[in-house]
Formats: sequence, C-alpha cells, structure tokens
Amino acid sequence: MSEPIAVRATPELTFRYAAGQYGSRFLEGLREGRILASRCPRCPRTLVPPRIACTHCSGRMTEIAEVSPCGTLLAWTLVAFPFLDPFTGVQRPIPYCYGMVKFDGTDNTFQYFLSEKDPTKLRVGQRVKAAFREERRGELADLLHFAPAGD
Amino acid sequence: MNVAIIGSGQTNHRSRRLDVNAPELIDEAVQAALADARLAPDGIDAIVVGNMEHFEGIHLSDLWAGEGTGAVGKPQIKVATGGTTGSSLAQAAYYLVASGFYRTVLAVGWERLSDSEGETTTGIVTAFDPIYERPTLAGAVSGLAILACQYQAKHGTKPEEAALVVVQARENAAKNPHAHLKQAVAAADVVKSPLLSSPIRYLDMCPTSDGACAVVFTSDPGDRRCAWVRGVSSRHNHTYLGDVAEGAADFIHTLQLASADAYRQAGIRDPRNDIDVVEMYEPCTWAALDWAEAMGLCGPGEAAGLWASGTARIDGGLPINPSGGVLCANPIGATGLIRVAEASMQVRGTAGACQVADVETAVATGFGGSFWNEVMIVGARKS
Repeated sequence: MSEPIAVRATPELTFRYAAGQYGSRFLEGLREGRILASRCPRCPRTLVPPRIACTHCSGRMTEIAEVSPCGTLLAWTLVAFPFLDPFTGVQRPIPYCYGMVKFDGTDNTFQYFLSEKDPTKLRVGQRVKAAFREERRGELADLLHFAPAGD
Repeated sequence: MNVAIIGSGQTNHRSRRLDVNAPELIDEAVQAALADARLAPDGIDAIVVGNMEHFEGIHLSDLWAGEGTGAVGKPQIKVATGGTTGSSLAQAAYYLVASGFYRTVLAVGWERLSDSEGETTTGIVTAFDPIYERPTLAGAVSGLAILACQYQAKHGTKPEEAALVVVQARENAAKNPHAHLKQAVAAADVVKSPLLSSPIRYLDMCPTSDGACAVVFTSDPGDRRCAWVRGVSSRHNHTYLGDVAEGAADFIHTLQLASADAYRQAGIRDPRNDIDVVEMYEPCTWAALDWAEAMGLCGPGEAAGLWASGTARIDGGLPINPSGGVLCANPIGATGLIRVAEASMQVRGTAGACQVADVETAVATGFGGSFWNEVMIVGARKS
C-alpha cells in the first residue's frame, strides 16, 4: 500500500459578531468605566453580562443597572498550554490566569482575567476589583483584569 | 415501547488515522455494528449520525455517512450537541424506535480530531460566547479546571488522589482493543506531568482521538443478545459559563438531575447497589470525582475513595469505566455513543477482557456544552 496522503487547508476566515442591544449597552458601559447588569423585576436576579432572559424565571430582564466593580473570586485557573486563539489565528499568549468573579449585588459569576498569575496566592472568597484601561474603546478589553482588593 | 440495543461497533481509536478518510472511518464502525447485530444494511430503517462539526472544518456530517450506513434512500437525520453528540445520538435513535415510527435505527458517531492538527481547543473555544467568554476560555481544559478548582477547594482532595482515576483507566484500557491510550501510568507520573490549566495536568486530561462508533437500536430483537433501554434523560444548561459555575444563584448540576430522572424510570433507588457498572463520560480525573458524587455513587467528597479502595475496578464493588473511558479514547462525536456501546456490551456479555461479572444494569453518561449531561440506563431485563 502506498503512503497515505493528507491535503492541507489553511483558510483565513473573518467573522463579525453582533453584541445585541444588551451587549452594546454593556460595552458602552465599559467605555465609561462602569459595569452594567440586567435586572429581573420579579425574581429578583441581577446578572452580568446583561441579557434579555432571566436565568431563574426566563422572564424579560427589563432594567439595566450599574453594579459595583468589586466582587468575590469563586474559582480560577492558570492556563499554561499552547493553543491557537480563534480570534487571531495565532497562539494565545500563555501563561495567563482567569477566574469566576461574583460582582457585589449580582447573582451570577463573570469570567475574566486575573492580575495575579500565581494560583497559590488565590483563594475562594478572595475580594477582587475590576481594573479598567486608560484609553477605552467600548470593547471587552477595556476591562484589564480583576486585581486583589483591600476592602 | 420496549427498545433494545442488539449490536455495536467501534474503530480502534487512535491519535491519527491517515489510512482512512471520514466515510471509511465511519464504515469500519458501521460494518462492525451490523455484524454484531447480525443484520444486513437493509435491516436498518433509519439512521441518526453526528459529530462535533468544528473539528474537521466540514459541517454536513450527514453527507459522510452515506453508502456504508445504508443511508442512501432512507431517512437520516443529523444530531450535533457538542460533547454530548454521541449520547444524544443514542437518545434520538431510542426515541425514533420507542415512538413506533421505525423498527430498527442505527446511531453513528464519529470524529477525526487529527484533521485540525491537534487544535481541538481552538474548536471548542468557538463554541462559547465570542464577546464575553472566548477571550479567556481555553476550551474544555480550562472549563473543567474551574470545576476542578472548586472541587478541590470544597473537599481538599489532593492531586495524587484524583490521579488514581487515570491510573485505573489505563489499566482497564490495556484490556480494551478499541482504546487509544493503554500505557500504564502511576499517580507520581500524573502529578509531575506538564501543567495544562491548573489544577489539571497533561495526564489528568482525556486525549484527542480519531474514531467512530455505531449502535443498533430495535423494537424487534428476535433471539439476539440484547440490552434493554431502561432510562433516558437529558438536562441542558445556561448559555454563559458564568451562569453554570457553582456559586451562581441558578447553578444546576445537570448530571445530578439527569441521573435522578433516569434512575426513577429504571426503578433505581440505591444507585451504589442497584447499578452494576458505570460508563461515565469523564473528560478529566477531577470531573470523574465530582460526577461520581452527582450520580449518587458515594457521598460528597468521598469519590476519591471509590478509586483508592479498588471499588471502581473491573473486579470491584462498583466498576467505573471498565473500557478505560474517555481518559483513554476520545473521538468526541463518538465518545458519548461509545459509553452507551460499552454499557450495552457489559449487559450483553460481549465486553471481552473488560467484562464485569453478572451485569444486570449499566449506566452510560454523556457530557458536553456548558456543563450539560445525558444519561442512558440499559439492563438485561425489559422492565
């Protein structure tokens, strides 16, 4: 039997994702250095990122409200293995640390980068605060990371 | 209506199958399943096929399972639910037979993870919200690392204890001709293997495999050795990983919910004693611990003991993954269906060197998406 042949394809594809009305408000909020959440008037639930349907009752979340940039760290991981980032087509810079943070006054967690890169210095229940970059453009990267908070 | 599994077939799962293309890979599993079920292709009335589309960069898996499955000129539908694709295929095939619409249905799951040159994580990242979660997520590895972090914080389990899951999985895989990773590992190797996403290390995580699986469901088994479907359940989850993490107000454990529902259908009251063997979709060692507890196989924080004590071994009191499980073979679109195939083989007594003695009831699970789960229970008796 002859040597098996494999044919290579290296496509470059471009996508454009709609943030929607709730997401657009959230990203505008980040530009202003604010964290915006959606609220269910019945349950009550306050969720970040804001969205149309409540995770509890599936009802419409009709209110948008600013929440504190401070929160509690509930879980984290240090990502140390190489892989291609589907956003860029090249390897994502490693290592990096991200965690699940419950903003004060909200009912879910938000997944984002942590400033701390040593997982042994992290603990469940740790207080953290969202840090914003100086020049903001209305995108998720306006949020730099969660840094340890002294409150 | 009563539905039986009368045959299954698998490829020998490997890291890279360059000797076959997608239709040929599928064909291997289908021919093996038809032979096991003692059926010719015209004995199949409808086909359900699926993979997890993003890994090969080809999206119409229905197209790739034509001649070999006997699908040409017959009803065929595609089912794709991510990691649970294989278990969803089994459920869809079950419902098509149970409804009375078709007598015999073939479920076919497949994946060629080597086609994306090892970039499985890239494919999985694209499954999640492009604006909020893709920038941080590192595929299933980091998603499961969050679960592992919470499990460890809650129970104080040590990495050496979690490592016993893969130590045993490799021992079992060495007996399974279809398994991909069969080399023995020690707990000390696992905790020293390269860090992927803390606390998950290389040997804690399942591989990426090329492979296919096919399972035959029928309402008319005749005199064939069969495994009767006794319980079927699926529980979906929220959109955002921030909503499915423990600590979110509307957190649900979908495996706990699906297990409870399937147990109720099958009349299982005491899972630890009423179940004879488990084929669990355990993509990493830490997940196996959390999920054994969610399935009620032990109490909270006690799961490591199932492996440490030998209870989970093939000859133990409650064997878990005698096939070697997902930790030893993971062609994703087939993986959940392999659990069902292996569970049915245990009931039918065709599991070879992986056979557990006297199996009346076997449970298969499927995991995928934003932590959603499916459960299928098969048994030696109809009811």
